[in-house]
Amino acid sequence: MSLPYWSRWPVLLSGVLLATAGAAFADDDDDDNARIRPLNHAAWRQECSTCHIAYPPQLLPAVSWRAIMKGLDQHFGTDASLDPQQQADILRFLEANAGGEGRSRRGEPLLRITETRWFVHEHSEELPKDIWSRPSIKSAANCNACHTAAERDDYSEHTLRIPK
Amino acid sequence: MRFAFITVLLVLSFSTHAETPADFQKQFAAQAQQENPAFTGFSAEQGQRFYANTHGKEWSCASCHSQNPKAIGQHIATGKTLAPLAPAASPERFTRPDKVEKWFKRNCNEVLGRACTAQEKGDVLSYLLSVR
Ligand code: HEC
Ligand code: HEC
Ligand code: HEC
Repeated sequence: MSLPYWSRWPVLLSGVLLATAGAAFADDDDDDNARIRPLNHAAWRQECSTCHIAYPPQLLPAVSWRAIMKGLDQHFGTDASLDPQQQADILRFLEANAGGEGRSRRGEPLLRITETRWFVHEHSEELPKDIWSRPSIKSAANCNACHTAAERDDYSEHTLRIPK
Repeated sequence: MRFAFITVLLVLSFSTHAETPADFQKQFAAQAQQENPAFTGFSAEQGQRFYANTHGKEWSCASCHSQNPKAIGQHIATGKTLAPLAPAASPERFTRPDKVEKWFKRNCNEVLGRACTAQEKGDVLSYLLSVR
């Protein structure tokens, strides 16, 4: 399985995607070894991996990251606020590595990777319907319940284990 | 020799703003004194109740940090595993002022809907230090 093609050339494409944000969506029909690139940014790695794994920036577009970083004090029912300097620093990193698709039907930026069409598509085959409500998984956003090396940005099949 | 080694460690740790749980306890006591002139000290039993009970909202400290603070916790909303909160089980706990301050702010907000008092912080820390 692979990521849509846009995720492989984020730098090249980010200008285009920004200009056409929302419209850009590609079906992942080309199936070579696209992988989430491991990234290093100390503040992001530290601050965004405490309550959940640090989600790959490639999986949401810059508009989404901007919206997420603006509302950290009320972040999915929790308080994830940062000091303004760190917030700006992390946002710059997220924007620079952002991916493509990610708007809801009403045109607002999506705040969840797990609601993107890419995610739903990639995670619909092979998985039993009740999977997302199993207590061992809790939430689709709990990536490392299945991707056991997600903390190292490794989403390959070798490290994939579907819990009971 | 050993003494010299410890001294070096202390110097190193002060220069990187690392502290010990006992340093935090002293700071909380000084703040508690200011907040309440009748302050008489911290209580591990009160800290245990504070830790295990809810405070008018949905979650308690134990919801994410486990009923037994020496055990691995699990974030109630995301399922992520958390290192034990008791310093006896996780030596890195209560060694970094910025981290301790940040998480008291966030977690007290989530559990109580307000900041914790110095009394509450000191009671909880006394409890966490009493679990061996
Ligand atoms: C219930 C288990 C489960 C959860 C939770 C889960 N995934 Fe997956 N993921 C899978 C399965 C199964 C596949 C398909 C693997 C395949 O067919 O190669 C997959 C595929 C992927 C792929 C494509 C891997 C590749 O090599 O092309 C990525 C990237 C990915 N998931 C990211 C995520 C992220 C990010 C999250 C959390 C927001 C997440 N997943 C949550 C089970 C899960
Ligand atoms: C205080 C805890 C906390 C911190 C810190 C935190 N988050 Fe979250 N985050 C959450 C919770 C809770 C959810 C909802 C998880 C769920 O639904 O399972 C979430 C969900 C998300 C999601 C949506 C996941 C999905 O696809 O469903 C994104 C994206 C996200 N966080 C980004 C970030 C970023 C970026 C940072 C760092 C600036 C961060 N988070 C820091 C608690 C936190
Ligand atoms: C919603 C989940 C959640 C709740 C509820 C919660 N915490 Fe936390 N707490 C966390 C997370 C996540 C961290 C940061 C990750 C880590 O260090 O394990 C953390 C870290 C801490 C730290 C930092 C310790 C250190 O030095 O590393 C302290 C202190 C703390 N919590 C105290 C409390 C207290 C006291 C309560 C109850 C008032 C509480 N927490 C309730 C999730 C929670």
